[in-house]
Amino acid sequence: MKANCWFGKHDVRVREVPEPQLLNPRDAVVRVSSTAICGSDLHLFDGHVPSMKEGDILGHEFMGEVLAVGSAVESLQPGDRVVVPFAISCGRCFYCQRGLWSLCDNSNPNARVAAERYGFACAGLFGYSHMMGGYAGGQAERVRVPFADVGPLKVPAGLSDEQALFLSDIFPTGYMAAENCQIQKGDVIAVWGCGPVGQFALRSALLLGAERVIAIDREPARLSMASAGGADTIDFSVEDVTECLREMTGGRGPDACIDCVGLEAALGQAVRACRKGGVVSIPGVYGGFVDRLPLGSAFNKGLTFKMGQTHVRRYMERLLQLVLQGRIDPSFVVTHRLTLEFAPEAYDLFKHKRDGCVKVVLTP
Amino acid sequence: MTSMEEAEDFVPAEHPGPDVNVSHVERAASITLGTALVALALSRRQTTGALTVGLFGAYMAWRGATGHCLLYEALDTGTAEDEEDDRLAAGGHDDASAEAAATIGRAPEEVYAFCRALDGAPRFMAFIESVQPLDALRSRWMARTPSGQTLGWVAEVIEDRPGELFAWRSLPGEAVHHAGAFRFRLAPGGRGTEVRLDVEYQPPGAPLARAVARWLGSAAEYVVEDDLRRLKQILEAGETATTRGQPRASPGCAPPART
Repeated sequence: MKANCWFGKHDVRVREVPEPQLLNPRDAVVRVSSTAICGSDLHLFDGHVPSMKEGDILGHEFMGEVLAVGSAVESLQPGDRVVVPFAISCGRCFYCQRGLWSLCDNSNPNARVAAERYGFACAGLFGYSHMMGGYAGGQAERVRVPFADVGPLKVPAGLSDEQALFLSDIFPTGYMAAENCQIQKGDVIAVWGCGPVGQFALRSALLLGAERVIAIDREPARLSMASAGGADTIDFSVEDVTECLREMTGGRGPDACIDCVGLEAALGQAVRACRKGGVVSIPGVYGGFVDRLPLGSAFNKGLTFKMGQTHVRRYMERLLQLVLQGRIDPSFVVTHRLTLEFAPEAYDLFKHKRDGCVKVVLTP
Repeated sequence: MTSMEEAEDFVPAEHPGPDVNVSHVERAASITLGTALVALALSRRQTTGALTVGLFGAYMAWRGATGHCLLYEALDTGTAEDEEDDRLAAGGHDDASAEAAATIGRAPEEVYAFCRALDGAPRFMAFIESVQPLDALRSRWMARTPSGQTLGWVAEVIEDRPGELFAWRSLPGEAVHHAGAFRFRLAPGGRGTEVRLDVEYQPPGAPLARAVARWLGSAAEYVVEDDLRRLKQILEAGETATTRGQPRASPGCAPPART
């Protein structure tokens, strides 16, 4: 089968690789109908994530049709159309039982490596380095899905792939980021970064009752998409973000700040801009250490930090209902559609935000 | 290049003095590595970094020759083997031992029962190929080492308190000395069972090879930690997480024809 594989920094290649097999009783094999490139895939593409190996199959946002299920999977049958969460969860450990799906104790075969780095290991992820489990990803024609009786969500026939695909990651990720803001009546939420996660975060904040959302970026295409989603915008390349935010909030500062960038400059600005007693919500991915984090500002203002890999499974049904009710159509975020064999070109397009690129969908 | 055996000759055999904080074997390894690095640096004098490599090599050789490690000193630690020497002199084993703990979301009785049955051990214990109970107390263990060597021994249960403790050891005279103990304790707040596994083994083979394996890190510690992770996976998730057998691109994989 064809798969998009990592070969090094700024080097991904589509290759013919062996077919995935059922390896465990709770596995399924899924024929991928649509897959996407995530902003966090760019961390791999840029060589920032340790423990990648040449030949690893990328991709953690995918959906498709169940081809085969292992002997212990009763909830799925061949032919079912499913969307699959990026984090792999056993469904039975302490963490899964408490809805902390991305902290699953049992799904990372390389838990020791991750534990050495982070103190404890978190859930295995599709296509996201060996430290995160080393699972082959979904930018491929077919993919093995472990613990398939827990993760995959059946997609109703009425929905298109582009309406369902983002339940795998960026819609729940943006939604959890907004939920973490503990939005109260009258709250103003500021969102750093209008990439795919930022787009879903700002829309989710409005769905959750925010009075106003202010979105910060410099890419015209992304700012206008944010605007279309109901946000006010700040172009940080021409305006002073902190000053603007203060002015737009009557001198109070935003009640919560969401860092959808994953870079310390944005995080530091969010911490300083946030009102006293507010929340800094971090869906942006961090892997190592952060320098120059203004912890003194955070401490003295009594801020709350909420962060982490998304507990995708916790949100899938709820968000599917929002889509079915027509309250949001996730396909708004798609700007580019290519076939899987053009994955290397797609990474390049997405990384450099060429041609107004916000989100690329690949079809095998 | 200096071999480990030759390097060992440089290390005085007498009891280590107060300044010595590096074990006998590690000193030999230090000399070997240090000499090799100096040689490497000398052979690549033109390249940048050769000086650093050379200096580091010289330090490692000095560290081996004197048995004094500045890093260990700074960290107030060391690997010198006062107690071990006494134990070896008393006829003890040059054992590797390790322990690890995990909390498993099942009742102590259930975790105990699975571990006590022993025949499930190959599913979670690294290198163990099979464990076949011979009678109520004795069992035959078969293991395969990373180098492909097959080993066998008979072990007996030396302590058995259902739901609490279960310990075994290889019979005296077996080629492999192996001992282990599971301890089970009810975790608070319905969190299941706190399991502690202690394992001790002395694999056959040259003492030097064993010692090098030990020096290379707390490999035994890793093995026991991973054993417990797999035990937890089996008892909670019903299977062990794996990627073995999944596809990836090998260097020979061709690009597909573009349509």
